[in-house]
Amino acid sequence: MSLIDLANPTRFLALAARLLPWLALVTVVLLAAGLYLSAQAPDDYQQGATVKIMFIHVPNAWLSMFVWGVMSIASLGTLVWRHPLADVAAKAAAPIGASFTFLALLTGSLWGRPMWGTYWEWDARLTSVLILFLMYLGLMALWRAVDDPTRAARAAAVLTLVGAINLPIIKFSVDWWNTLHQPASVMRMGGTALDKSFLIPLLVMAVGFSFLFITLHVAAMRNEILRRRVRSLQMLQARAYSGSAPAGSATGQIAGAA
Amino acid sequence: MDLGPYTSFIATSYLAAALVVVLLIGWIAIDYRIQKARLRALEESGISRRSGRAATDLQ
Repeated sequence: MSLIDLANPTRFLALAARLLPWLALVTVVLLAAGLYLSAQAPDDYQQGATVKIMFIHVPNAWLSMFVWGVMSIASLGTLVWRHPLADVAAKAAAPIGASFTFLALLTGSLWGRPMWGTYWEWDARLTSVLILFLMYLGLMALWRAVDDPTRAARAAAVLTLVGAINLPIIKFSVDWWNTLHQPASVMRMGGTALDKSFLIPLLVMAVGFSFLFITLHVAAMRNEILRRRVRSLQMLQARAYSGSAPAGSATGQIAGAA
Repeated sequence: MDLGPYTSFIATSYLAAALVVVLLIGWIAIDYRIQKARLRALEESGISRRSGRAATDLQ
């Protein structure tokens, strides 16, 4: 089976049915191991036990940007190749990405209060992530506001690609501006600044949350394909009732109709 | 495990993450059931796919 074959919505549904139980199992094992390692991690000499918030905050912050990156690649698929599954992938990822971004903001705020003395500061890192969260909500509203999926897909794809400008701004905001948020300590020039006792639980949690995203994304894509199949069949039903076409003779071009 | 004076901040972070993940899983599972029920209803009303396969056939 080639990659092009997998891009067929019906083949994707068959593959998703086979993959989802295994993806869910790997996710549960990784997150359970990550939580255990996080609980066993020592207190930081400066931050004390609040360093445990890092094991939740950092994976969600990484994924908030990664998911927008996935949506940006999918948006290229929508605009360049006009593949219906590309829009399905982008639309299905948006609520999941918004949830990760919300968690990054919330846990960051809960970490900031004891460490910085404030829940919120309008510095470049926090503000750019808040903008990312608002862009996720805006995209979800756009998909819901436009009835025609093809028009909605193109508008959302353009907005997603424009919004991708925010990703390097988030990443390098701590270097470009004087921020309350600390600079990068894991992915940086010269290697990680974290001790292994913190790095290993963090990486296990990050991989676990990444598998959580993959699992939820595949399941949400399956739902979106079925939703478009429902829409296609409802249009067919409406045409059949109005007498313009007999039932069962649709030539719908909506993903999942075949 | 003693989390010190900031237990409430740490516990709230983990509980919030758990709640959001459970809500996401629940929303996706319920949405799947809703779409399957809609397809079943369409199939029962006599509407079939271009391919002739059942609307609820996921293969």
